[in-house]
Amino acid sequence: MRTVTCAQALNAALHELFAERDDVYLLGEDVLDPYGGAFKISRGLSERYPERVVTTPISEASLVGVAAGMALRGYRPVLEIMFGDFITLAFDQIVNGVSKFREMYDDRVTLPLVVRTPMGGRRGYGPTHSQSLEKLLIGVPNITVAATSECHDLGAMMRDAVLSDDPVFLIENKVMYGRPNRRPRDGHLDGFRVDETAGPFPALIFSAGEGAEPAATIVTYGGMLPIVLDAATELIVEEELFCEVVCLGRLLPLDLGPVLESVARTGALVTAEEGPLTGGVGAEIAARMQELAWGDLRRPVRRVAAEDGIIPAAPGLEDARLPGARDVADAVLALVGAPA
Amino acid sequence: MYAIRRFEETLLDMFSAGLLVGTTHTCIGQEANAVGLIDHLEPERDVIFSNHRCHGHYLAFTGDQVGLLAEVMGRETGVCGGKGGSQHLCAPNFYTNGVQGSIVPVATGIALAERERGAGAVTTVFLGDGTLGQGTVYECLNMAALWRLPLLFVVEDNRYAQTTPRELAVAGSVPARAEAFGIHAEALDTTDVEEVHAAAGRAVARVRETRAPALLVLGTYRLSPHSKGDDVRDPAEIEAWRARDPLAVAGARIGPEERAAIERRCEDALADAVAAAQAAPVAGAVAA
Repeated sequence: MRTVTCAQALNAALHELFAERDDVYLLGEDVLDPYGGAFKISRGLSERYPERVVTTPISEASLVGVAAGMALRGYRPVLEIMFGDFITLAFDQIVNGVSKFREMYDDRVTLPLVVRTPMGGRRGYGPTHSQSLEKLLIGVPNITVAATSECHDLGAMMRDAVLSDDPVFLIENKVMYGRPNRRPRDGHLDGFRVDETAGPFPALIFSAGEGAEPAATIVTYGGMLPIVLDAATELIVEEELFCEVVCLGRLLPLDLGPVLESVARTGALVTAEEGPLTGGVGAEIAARMQELAWGDLRRPVRRVAAEDGIIPAAPGLEDARLPGARDVADAVLALVGAPA
Repeated sequence: MYAIRRFEETLLDMFSAGLLVGTTHTCIGQEANAVGLIDHLEPERDVIFSNHRCHGHYLAFTGDQVGLLAEVMGRETGVCGGKGGSQHLCAPNFYTNGVQGSIVPVATGIALAERERGAGAVTTVFLGDGTLGQGTVYECLNMAALWRLPLLFVVEDNRYAQTTPRELAVAGSVPARAEAFGIHAEALDTTDVEEVHAAAGRAVARVRETRAPALLVLGTYRLSPHSKGDDVRDPAEIEAWRARDPLAVAGARIGPEERAAIERRCEDALADAVAAAQAAPVAGAVAA
């Protein structure tokens, strides 16, 4: 079987959607062929659909608004923000426009737009091209924030995003792009049993399967998934300790159903994200879990995240700043080893 | 113009009487712009994106006094069910939002959509002189020119951004800003609705025929405060501008009987609108 990278899967999904619907447009910087976007997700689209691929100036403060204007008038624009770091420039449009139009206009409009953007480090790009800023988006009402991982059905996620009548921010990951889009076969992957929730932007639940008593739940998303799976494998091999891993496909609205079910079995929860700790995705999950699952939690929720600070360019410094498999495994051990 | 004037005076009276809460931004003194320009637009296909000072544009485009009044009064029958209030309106082909500069990118996207639809629509975005401080304006002038968008930028230059005089906020020439992007610009400084009507007719026709953007600067003066009671301008200056009140300029062209008839018609319609809005249920009220 031919290996399909995550970048190829996302690109193929866009090709399918462009072929099916002529209301889908692509906007972004450097998206024209032969370059096809900085990470090649739009490759081939401008050659085949030149009238529906709009290459833009470097104008992030406006581009989300431009996409919103198209969406207000019935089109389905897909906007690429080349690096997730640049989304800070777009925040007025996100907070005072995209987040508001449908509700403040009393449901007189729909807003079917997609903003795709890669987050994440581990490529040595340094402080302004390596961040995971999705935590800034989960505080914005009325938008969907979806997070792709290398084990998700990326074609289905792109389809879910483009066909939504509400704004979707599709968080991609730079390291993920070049890796194979590894899907479970017969419900299994890497020795784990894998279950998938129903509906758009599903969560993936990795468990050890029959007979194994899980000791902890690790909830994660995006580019952290392979790192967390490495940690879970390490814990099995070295400690004979089984974890369940929930990989969220959607961070907003947050559906913690599979996390609640898992914690009912394990009583212990670790959150793992690549962004800096303070005010992060894990903080929101921890707050909700103590509201929803106080009776099931036998230990305090523990968060694994980057240290607060910049992401240095030098590989050794970057590694030290970002959470790795060892950090995740240590967090589980610290938690499960603590008195109940 | 008289209908818009009396509508907004009524709003200010209602605020003073404690009948309204929140805020509002009236265009008293600037009515010639809304009336002179929007007469050239076709509400069934053209699109407007306006700003916080939007009542005149809304009324000239839709004629819907009850929907706007009910919206500002927080009634269920308001055009946005009371959710938007004075500066966040939506009607067919009409949108407003309350952040300076925030609206220009969205209008640009609307114009791109309408260019693609190919129905010949002109999109008009209303800016103020204050909006010229926002970087998005220049990003969008650039994109509108690059993409040949049928987008008319209208700068209503009322000489003040809230309390800050233009001289402290706007350097250089406003038309030259557009011309630097290869966008045709015309500027006039008048409160005469006939003059605005003529210039706006040229601008709208140019955008419709060339399918390219244009910029129109309409020099004007706001006789009312920025919002309600926040005026720090020299009263003598405001008084001097009253001689150029667009109602006085236009009124001088018609006989007293015709003027009285227009005013009576407007007063009757306004009284009906006030009664209808006041009778509507309050949005979010808990049933007794």
